[in-house]
Amino acid sequence: MPVITYRDALNAALREEMHRDDRVFIMGEEVAVYQGAYKVSKGLLQEFGEMRVVDTPITELGFAGVGVGAAMVGLRPVIEFMTWNFAVLALDQIINAASKMLYMSGGQYNIPMVFRGPNGAALQLSAQHSQAFESWLAHMPGVKVVTPGTPYDAKGLLKSAIRDDNPVLFLEGEMLYNTKGEVPDEEYLIPIGKADLKREGDACSIITNGKMALVAMNAADQLAKDGIHVDVVDLRTVRPMDVEAIRASVEKTNRAVVLEEGWELAGIGAQVVDYVQRDCFDSLDAPVIRVHQADVPMPYAKNLERAAKPDVAKTIAAVRKVMYLD
Amino acid sequence: MATKVFMEALSPTMEEGRIAKWNKKEGDVVKSGESLAEVETDKAIMELVARGDGVLRKILVGEGESKPVGSLVGVIAAADENIDALVAAAGGQQAAAPAASEPAKSAPTAPPPAPQPAAPQPAAAQPAAAQPAARSPQPAAAGPVRSSPLARRMAREKGVELSGIAGSGPNGRIIRRDVEGAMASGSQQPAARSLPSREGDFQDVALTQIRKTIAKRLSESIGPIPTFYLTSEFDLSRVTEMRGAMAEMGDEFKVSVNDIILKATATALSQHPEVNAHWLGDKIRYHNRVHLGMAVATNDGLIVPVVFDADQKTMREISAEAKSLAKKARERKLQPAEYTGSTFSVSNLGMFGIDQFTAIINPPEVGILAIGAAEDKVEVVNGEFVVKKKLRVTMSCDHRAVDGAVGAEFLRTLRRMIENPLMLVF
Repeated sequence: MPVITYRDALNAALREEMHRDDRVFIMGEEVAVYQGAYKVSKGLLQEFGEMRVVDTPITELGFAGVGVGAAMVGLRPVIEFMTWNFAVLALDQIINAASKMLYMSGGQYNIPMVFRGPNGAALQLSAQHSQAFESWLAHMPGVKVVTPGTPYDAKGLLKSAIRDDNPVLFLEGEMLYNTKGEVPDEEYLIPIGKADLKREGDACSIITNGKMALVAMNAADQLAKDGIHVDVVDLRTVRPMDVEAIRASVEKTNRAVVLEEGWELAGIGAQVVDYVQRDCFDSLDAPVIRVHQADVPMPYAKNLERAAKPDVAKTIAAVRKVMYLD
Repeated sequence: MATKVFMEALSPTMEEGRIAKWNKKEGDVVKSGESLAEVETDKAIMELVARGDGVLRKILVGEGESKPVGSLVGVIAAADENIDALVAAAGGQQAAAPAASEPAKSAPTAPPPAPQPAAPQPAAAQPAAAQPAARSPQPAAAGPVRSSPLARRMAREKGVELSGIAGSGPNGRIIRRDVEGAMASGSQQPAARSLPSREGDFQDVALTQIRKTIAKRLSESIGPIPTFYLTSEFDLSRVTEMRGAMAEMGDEFKVSVNDIILKATATALSQHPEVNAHWLGDKIRYHNRVHLGMAVATNDGLIVPVVFDADQKTMREISAEAKSLAKKARERKLQPAEYTGSTFSVSNLGMFGIDQFTAIINPPEVGILAIGAAEDKVEVVNGEFVVKKKLRVTMSCDHRAVDGAVGAEFLRTLRRMIENPLMLVF
């Protein structure tokens, strides 16, 4: 199977869907002439022309709104944000227009569109440009929130997102674009709302999403060297969440660590823990532990940034703690 | 931040304590867990330990003074911390419950953590197989049993009693590996003797209607424990012979009449679970294990240390244990775990020359034996006067749980054992 980057997997998904359906178009800052800030839209301007690959001014609220309007009249826009940190400016269109339109129009207008871009911290981009937004976005009904962690998941999920008749918020990872993985040549789709068991074990479940799936798999590999085999449940989609996958894993392992990139309070992990305590109470052999970013704006200093981020060592420590080994 | 030192409940029944001795004086540096003082409780002398690090800044209760549980008796704080407000407040509300602002540190209900064997850590992949579980004495009175939801579910499904399992999780929490360990060791234990089923430590039997009526009517008559008494005179001839023969074999084989009575009682109880029971109000708990309480008179009063699993122990073990418990009781060194959890008790006033007496039941037990003095008595055998060593034993029975005939049958078994002590090795 070919091994390609996460970036190329997204690019292939866009290209395939634009070929399949001429209502699909891309719009955002630097997506056309510059070929994308992260080169996700590389070659698409040349292939599909400037009517379907559209550069915008630095006006997030404006082009998000143009996208919502285009979706209302039957197109299928893919709106790229240079990062989700900048999408904060467009939240009125996402929250008050895209997510509410079907409901408030009494079912007259569905919004078949994708908002996508990198989410979370990279390296030393400081407090304003290092934020993980999935818990903010997943909070509201009316959208789907997808956070792929591997090239395979990125391609299959972006194709599903583009075909979905509802607004899908697609959160990529700046640090993921260069990561590589096996992606088949033939077409495939990954259903939104299905988790993936990325490692199998019986000692503990690590439940995670997005970029943290890599951290979890790395932690699982190191733990396996000590004979501790864990399940890694990659949620892939955080809204709707695959509660059944969480339940199946915790009922098998009886212990869970929930790993997420963002902050603790009202985070994705808080929701996972709520499902676990409600659905798996009689299967728990130990309290669930969460691993997350420190409760501070992301520091710029390299050492402080490292200390603030969830990582492999913190995940391993949490697994050992939840297993009463330390 | 200052740590208040409270008079803690150091025994399950303690309401107040007397500071026997301060082991630290004002100004001493103390560490969490260090002994601050010796406290005389209603049963024993126990240590009051520091619950925080710092300097023992203030002693509020002098040696020899008594204070109710929950009273402030001292203050631990940093050397330069201002504790005037704390000390002033203590003056007014000595008897008040511990301040709500410090719930974690005061925790007056929990006895100090008893030294317990370090929980075996599972090897990385394999949970440790053998846990010192089912047989270690874990008196039920030591507080609520902590367990994980999974452990509770497993126990429920497999019919395992959690109270008999030692927990290896944090705070002694019983977790999956403990339940598995207990089940594994239980299945490996050969059935030592064909006693009634020994799965779990006891069986709860809901009260039948007739039992309820008996309980209600008799409590109205004599309450709250409607007690009746059964007296029987045992022939000690063979016990005397046996003791003599054993003493000739050497000092290590010397046993007292009391040791033999304890052994015989424990053995008889294992055959009569109907008197080895607790009255719990809405049900009767029949114990599968025999934890025999032995009343010991001390200068301060009566205390009843427990020989756990007495029916499983040899005469020599019982003799040694009884001796050691009695000594500890007189020295007031008994730990709460050593005087709680008995399923039946024996009181012996024979050494005081009492012919016969009636003992008061130690609730929730349903029976107690009162042992009088062994005396030479004249008996007519085949028309002739014969002198025999006789012992009067009186059993007090809680009529709500034990009927006359049931108590009598237990005494008959006990008589056969004491009059034919060879049965004890049978």
